[in-house]
Amino acid sequence: MATAPVVNRRDFLKKSAAGGAALVVGFHLSPRAFADQAKDQEEKTANPFDAWVRITPDDHVTLVLGKSEMGQGVLTALPMILAEELSVDWKHVHVEQAPTNPKIYDLGTGGSGSVAGSWLPLRQAGAAAREMLIAAAAKRWEVGTDTCKAKNGFVVHGHPERSFRFGELVADAAKLPVPNLSKVPLKNSDDFTIVGRDTHRLDTADKSSGKAKFGIDSRVPGMLYAVIARCPVFEGKVASFDAAKAKAVPGVRDVFEIKTSGRGASTTGGVAVLAENSWAAIQGRKALEVTWEEGPAAKESSEELRDQFLANAQKPGGVLRNEGDANAVLEAAPKKLEAIYELPFAAHVCMEPMNCTVDIRPDSAEAWVPSQGPQWAQAVIAEAAKLPPEKVTVHTTLMGGGFGRRYQADFVMEAAQVAKISGKPVMVLWTREDDMQHDFYRPASYHRLQGALDAQGKLAAWKHFQSSTSIAAKWSQKGADDPGLGEFGTGATIPYATPNIRIEYTLAHSSAPRAWWRSVEHSSSGFVMESFVDELAHAAGRDALEFRLKLLGEPRKIPQFGEGREDSHPLDTGRLKGVLELAADKAGWAKPLPKGQGRGIAGFFSFYSYVAAVAEVSASSSAFKVNRIVCAVDCGRAVNPNGVRAQVESAAIYALTATLKDAITVDRGRVVQSNFNDYAMIRMNEAPPIEVYLVPSTEAPTGIGEPTVPVIAPAISNAIFSASGKRLRRLPIRKEDLA
Amino acid sequence: MAISFTLNGKPESVDVSPDMPLLWVLRDTLNKTGTKFGCGMALCGACTVHINGEATRSCITPISSVAGKKVTTIEGLSANGSHPVQKAWMEEDVPQCGYCQSGQIMSAVALLAKKPNPTDAEIDGAMSGNICRCGTYQRIRKAIHRAASEMAGKSHSAA
Repeated sequence: MATAPVVNRRDFLKKSAAGGAALVVGFHLSPRAFADQAKDQEEKTANPFDAWVRITPDDHVTLVLGKSEMGQGVLTALPMILAEELSVDWKHVHVEQAPTNPKIYDLGTGGSGSVAGSWLPLRQAGAAAREMLIAAAAKRWEVGTDTCKAKNGFVVHGHPERSFRFGELVADAAKLPVPNLSKVPLKNSDDFTIVGRDTHRLDTADKSSGKAKFGIDSRVPGMLYAVIARCPVFEGKVASFDAAKAKAVPGVRDVFEIKTSGRGASTTGGVAVLAENSWAAIQGRKALEVTWEEGPAAKESSEELRDQFLANAQKPGGVLRNEGDANAVLEAAPKKLEAIYELPFAAHVCMEPMNCTVDIRPDSAEAWVPSQGPQWAQAVIAEAAKLPPEKVTVHTTLMGGGFGRRYQADFVMEAAQVAKISGKPVMVLWTREDDMQHDFYRPASYHRLQGALDAQGKLAAWKHFQSSTSIAAKWSQKGADDPGLGEFGTGATIPYATPNIRIEYTLAHSSAPRAWWRSVEHSSSGFVMESFVDELAHAAGRDALEFRLKLLGEPRKIPQFGEGREDSHPLDTGRLKGVLELAADKAGWAKPLPKGQGRGIAGFFSFYSYVAAVAEVSASSSAFKVNRIVCAVDCGRAVNPNGVRAQVESAAIYALTATLKDAITVDRGRVVQSNFNDYAMIRMNEAPPIEVYLVPSTEAPTGIGEPTVPVIAPAISNAIFSASGKRLRRLPIRKEDLA
Repeated sequence: MAISFTLNGKPESVDVSPDMPLLWVLRDTLNKTGTKFGCGMALCGACTVHINGEATRSCITPISSVAGKKVTTIEGLSANGSHPVQKAWMEEDVPQCGYCQSGQIMSAVALLAKKPNPTDAEIDGAMSGNICRCGTYQRIRKAIHRAASEMAGKSHSAA
């Protein structure tokens, strides 16, 4: 499955069409994972298809789609959905990576959207194939289709029961018209036997035996291994280099310069060292002598960036949202509060360092890419190889982590450039130092929150000023012109009832590359908002949970601010309340803890899911420890609850690292941290027990890979406040901040 | 000069630079890619193998130091993934991306060889050199306890 050979589109369709031997149903995954899928379908034709179900006479069911596996379990959850509607054992559904096709718009794998965006299309495709198989059987038996049903890979009829295997029916079924996918009858969810059951992952055996092949494990006859010396300063360039010492290292075969590519793949350029093995390439790079043209970014530092933030905060920002008159209310309010929060750059740190293997021949190219966006990889290779995209075959491999980093194509462009120049198949390999110092970081940000409470303890006004380095500003002129909204995300949709809201933003300049990091802007918004609400609760003299529940009030649906379109998934304060109450209940919120210990709570809505966390900590003025984390999640229907829990555990640990370990800092225009010694990760001895509780739901599935991230930092810092009285307003939490 | 050692029970000989780390000999010279590169500084444990039964970070182990020794990699742990630790990994659904898991399993197997019934503190001690960015620690802990009881049950019935 995960390592299934990749088919190209033409072969696939040929195989599908061969004598009508297979039943093939093509369909279209929703391009907007969380959009109103049914409405989307009315607006567009489902052609060309980007996904297919293929059933062959040997009863094999193959699901062909363009989703990549980076640990999130998508290659287990998606077959479960298909198998449910098709009525087959889900273990018999094999997944094949869809061929990249430049004519099909493909968003890749990210945004916590794979299950959400595939849920309805997969059910419809499965149901369509099932109905065609039933119709074929009914015709053979000369009975009505309503007297037949699909059961575990068979169509059955009558008493005593007679049956056909699906495989026996595919030739006949393939001659029938494919039903209208948006009208095909779907299974009643009360009859589900696969979806909603705890299910083992399909890929564990391979991942426990060393058999699983990641991008870094790609091997092509005659290949060379390359590492690249990049300017340590952002946007710096090669001035000159001397390859003599590098070439003297045994095993080194070639040394040459590759050029920078600007927006788009966004590479730094540098000097490539090619060798017979990875080690020789790394040694060759150590011996290489390069003079860099560091450029203007060499003046940048974290201190200089903070000075920008402070200066920006002296002036009003650009107004993104203004309802009522928050400024006037804050001016006049008897009880008001102001707090500053700061978050640093954060690195993705996939365990598998970036790598890409490319083989460019005169009239075609082939690549092995651990990528969340294989179509972008294809375009980048085509550009470097000077070939039309359809001549570039991209094999999407397993990924040793993605977290948004592998949406980028910088490492792909480098490999394509090196392969093109060398004329040989090449793997470009990044070391850990490369990975940490040439990442696309979660933006650093600075926030000033102001709130006013009225005499009844209600929230009279909410004002949020942010200055940050903005992702949008990095990637396009349009983004640079409007850099702010994407930096708030659902942080601009205030779930707590207040008549006066003002949100302001000012862009700060940085040459550090920025992009999507697990949960993106929500990781900042969640910390800032849920910390400040906690501060307001304390100022109002109220319990942190009770205060939140009161402000959430009766269940309301709030359109997500700034989505710019009619939204079928507004923020439902009732569901947010639901997860807060569930987490509090399971954590024993009301039960007192010993002195020196405390609980903190936080809840947040992102990727259309609701997550709340309660953290329990021990804290003094010199040390603290996280003892327990309880999460409650409402992500609609959980296709594989076991997989959902795994994602929540995973996101909690990912967030814990960002909360408790190191910051990415900048000095002289370069990233200071370089490996796990100075950018540490949470390890086994620091990992608290994490309990996960799911809200039972019949709503369509929503995101799960990311939405736990935003609640972890505020739950912990709120818990530290509860234990020690010390309010922490910058991440990561440092011991000296406790004093 | 050729360097000889035993790899997964079979004699092996390589003619490479003596300071080349075992990791790269395994991966690039011998095409045993189950052992992973994570940091190159013995900080993350992704490259963990057994040398004469001891969990060792292969990324900083020069091949010359391995001469005459017995090396076991994830590929040599069992013929078909049937080692109790591998089975426990499947039962607990430990791996997510899976990249660090070869190293985690090799560390866990070495721990259980020394401490057949480890406490949580002993698990912390033996496993904290292995980073998992997917955060599977809780499941790793459960899987080690599960493997310990399975192995205890087996040796019990064998006795």
